[in-house]
Amino acid sequence: MTRGYRSPDPAAVSTGVEASEAAGRFVGQSVKRVEDRRLVAGYGQYVDDVRLPGMLHAAFLRSDLARARVRRLDTTAAAGLDGVVAVLTAEDLNHYVDSLRSSVNPPDLAIVPGHVLAPGDVRFVGDPVALVVAEDRYLAEDALELIDIDYEPLAPVVDYEQAAGSPHLVHPELGTNLGASGSGPDPGLARVFESAHLVVTETFHQQRQCNMPMETRGLVAHWQRHAGRLDLWASTQSPHELAFTAARVLQIGEHQVRVHMGDVGGAFGQKVYSGRDEMAVLLAARDLGRAVKWIEDRRENLMASNSARVDRLTVTMAVDADGRILGAEIDHLSDSGAYPLGGAPAKSAQLVSMFPGPYRIPRLGWSTATVFTNTVGRGAYRGPWQMETVGREMMIDLAAQRLGMDPLDFRRRNVIERAELPHTTATGRVYEQISPAETLEQAAEMIGYHSFRAEQAEARARGRLLGLGLSLFIEPTSMGRGALGAEGAVVRVEPDGTVTVSMGTGAHGQSLETTIAQVVADELGVEMERVILRQGDGTPYGFGTGGSRSAVIAGGAARAAASEVRARIGRIAAHLLEAAPEDVIVDRGSAFVAGTPARQVSVAEVADAAYRRPESLPEGVPEGLEHTARYRAPEVTHSNAAHACICEIDSGTGVVRILKYVVSEDCGNMVNPMIVEGQIAGGVVQGVGGALYEWAPYDADGNPRATTLLDYVMPTAAEVPILEHGHVVTPSDTPGGHKGVGEGGAIGAPACVVNAVNDALGPLGIRLSRQPLTPDTIISAIAEAESR
Amino acid sequence: MSDRDRGHPEVSVSVNGAPRRAVLEARRTLADFLREECLTTSVHLGCEHGVCGACTVLLDGIAVRSCLLFAVQAQGAEVTTVEGLAGPDGSLNPVQQAFRDCHGLQCGFCTPGFIVSVTAFLAENPEPTLDEIRSALSGNLCRCTGYQGIIAAVQQAAAQTLKREVLEP
Ligand code: FES
Ligand code: FES
Repeated sequence: MTRGYRSPDPAAVSTGVEASEAAGRFVGQSVKRVEDRRLVAGYGQYVDDVRLPGMLHAAFLRSDLARARVRRLDTTAAAGLDGVVAVLTAEDLNHYVDSLRSSVNPPDLAIVPGHVLAPGDVRFVGDPVALVVAEDRYLAEDALELIDIDYEPLAPVVDYEQAAGSPHLVHPELGTNLGASGSGPDPGLARVFESAHLVVTETFHQQRQCNMPMETRGLVAHWQRHAGRLDLWASTQSPHELAFTAARVLQIGEHQVRVHMGDVGGAFGQKVYSGRDEMAVLLAARDLGRAVKWIEDRRENLMASNSARVDRLTVTMAVDADGRILGAEIDHLSDSGAYPLGGAPAKSAQLVSMFPGPYRIPRLGWSTATVFTNTVGRGAYRGPWQMETVGREMMIDLAAQRLGMDPLDFRRRNVIERAELPHTTATGRVYEQISPAETLEQAAEMIGYHSFRAEQAEARARGRLLGLGLSLFIEPTSMGRGALGAEGAVVRVEPDGTVTVSMGTGAHGQSLETTIAQVVADELGVEMERVILRQGDGTPYGFGTGGSRSAVIAGGAARAAASEVRARIGRIAAHLLEAAPEDVIVDRGSAFVAGTPARQVSVAEVADAAYRRPESLPEGVPEGLEHTARYRAPEVTHSNAAHACICEIDSGTGVVRILKYVVSEDCGNMVNPMIVEGQIAGGVVQGVGGALYEWAPYDADGNPRATTLLDYVMPTAAEVPILEHGHVVTPSDTPGGHKGVGEGGAIGAPACVVNAVNDALGPLGIRLSRQPLTPDTIISAIAEAESR
Repeated sequence: MSDRDRGHPEVSVSVNGAPRRAVLEARRTLADFLREECLTTSVHLGCEHGVCGACTVLLDGIAVRSCLLFAVQAQGAEVTTVEGLAGPDGSLNPVQQAFRDCHGLQCGFCTPGFIVSVTAFLAENPEPTLDEIRSALSGNLCRCTGYQGIIAAVQQAAAQTLKREVLEP
């Protein structure tokens, strides 16, 4: 284990982290990104940049009512508009698709009806009713206005907390608004609660948030009937999942689908699965036999892409007089909306399983339920189960307060220590290479915990509202089960000695072109700029990029394939140099005999021999220089982190300002510390947004109230804190010792910020448990406290 | 000229130094014109309602949101997109270089808008304070980076521009 952190010089954000223990020439270094050369010059290629001859443009007519019967739908005028090629409705498309299932849907998930377009009734504002395909996007939108539609409004189910008991059904086919539910009562808990020194219950709410990648969803589909070939360009995290869906929906073989992977402008979980909109575009492209482009606009992205985080978690926790946690009971309810995407609602199992987090919680009883409502479907968003950290970390502060104990001391008393590893949680998870106690101490030191308390007392005496929040969690990364269980890589040294790595990943900001090149260059002993990553068409099957899995699983596959290729380079070089293979070292693109570097041959010469001079190869070494490997990941690789922040509240305006924010994280050996910190920072700021600003509410009639980026308020550079990073390095037992880190920032930040706000408001007797903590919320809480 | 274009206004502008002329519907936005007719696809559309800043371009040196302007409003103007900021040999301008040095981008979708905005900002205020940088950046949204590397990049670019001006007056 190593530890280190840096001073908060904002100009040094991406430098100065010491290399981790397992550093190579490239791995472990903050190498600058390969991707950036084209991206800063303006030559990225995103899906909307794709232009094909004769390409058509699609636009959706979407419902403007939350729940209604379609009384009349007449597309004649729209279809007659000059330049309109087709207007498609449920009648044209729905019979092709039986369900919306993805490749990872757990079998017990209540399967959402597979309606591509609204089937005679609409179920949320934004529900796609018709698809117009025209020569031009402007014309397609003109045609939308000519569609004659008349609805008979029905009472919508909007409030998820009332949905289960509502007489109105979101999906009449299902006969209930209840989706998946489950429970795991612990009969021993009642006695624990009875005899405990203190039992605290509280209910926590998160609000509807949106992934909000800056690039919306989009797809270009081109079906060439005679060639039997479907070409796709998509903004996707998972090219192979898209191929799976396309093949299933169009009833063709996956070998007929070519997914071209360009740049992807962010996703955060939104672009793993293909939903109804994508299916409609695929079917239209097949019927029309011409390339069809669909680019979602921002209003559609807000109304009709997935949203997330609509969670209610009630936590009951029993503690003894010394602040030891004796047991807990949790009840979770979440809103699936109308058409949830992929495996999203099933995340409640993950939530329960992660609830004990980094603490000794000997007993846990639980119950969970998901419900359908007439709102936009739930989808995956960075740490989709993170309500467990939100609820647990807020409960811990509350319990500490009730006990009159400092929240840091309370955490210290319960946190799992290194000496206790391996530790099995009450939910059966086994932790091995984690360091929650160390990250807690590092974060406390970085934030200046003890000097802060003195400063806070002084500030309070002068009427200032200053608070400190902590949040500690374990992040389950790189889950290796089912479709997610393994990734493949082909590492090929080309005849000129350059290296192509083909993988099923779908990078959308994670910098895989850089990190995979780092890993493969080190493994092969070549220069990084000689290595290039290819994704999409022609790559081995993989689930793609998401779930904080690429470093461990894709990296593992790349490492395994490269190591085989390197062995082969060594054998060929040894033969050419007339040396023993074990004496040959490959470094910086050359193979040489240990001790006599003058006896060398370049990797390019070795490749030339492998492809063009097969007669020069040693016996038993195959021609060519490539290898395919799959890496099967452990079921889960746990990362962990501690967040701490200090905030000040303006009691006049209710505005929260974050003065300092530190993260101490342990993601094992880092491939590239600069990129790790970038991932953490992005997640933290999304989490800060979720705690303080972001909210996509509905009114009582089911109308979305945030339909522009003015209404959906995200953090800007004006208010974000400058982060300080600390690293504790406990290598995992995967090859390379890496762990995932993509989601942690967004998991830890909301509770950290809310705890800081509650700490600041403590002297006024205020404790908030419902996000977002907007200025209005805070002002009215202060006013209410003052009138008490 | 296709039938549909008949009777539509003509617009002529210079885009990154090259003259462009087109006949197009008056309702076509400058962003769509730049993306579709001029193939300067660095002009990204993140909202099409003037909030995200991804479509920012320079119009006669002033940073504007090209999704909020009609192409015809740019008649006679000089338009610069991020493709026009690098040197003819492909060398990056100090802002582009700083974004790369400081990990100021992840997915890169917001990046052209930021780089154009920052280039205009530093031309006007070459020695900004941290607060001035933060408020200058607040009109552009980035969902990936948490703005950490972007703020650092502006500081680096400002320092470098200054150094260059001192060394090569
Ligand atoms: S696309 Fe122009 S400001 Fe967002
Ligand atoms: S880098 Fe992705 S939005 Fe800024």
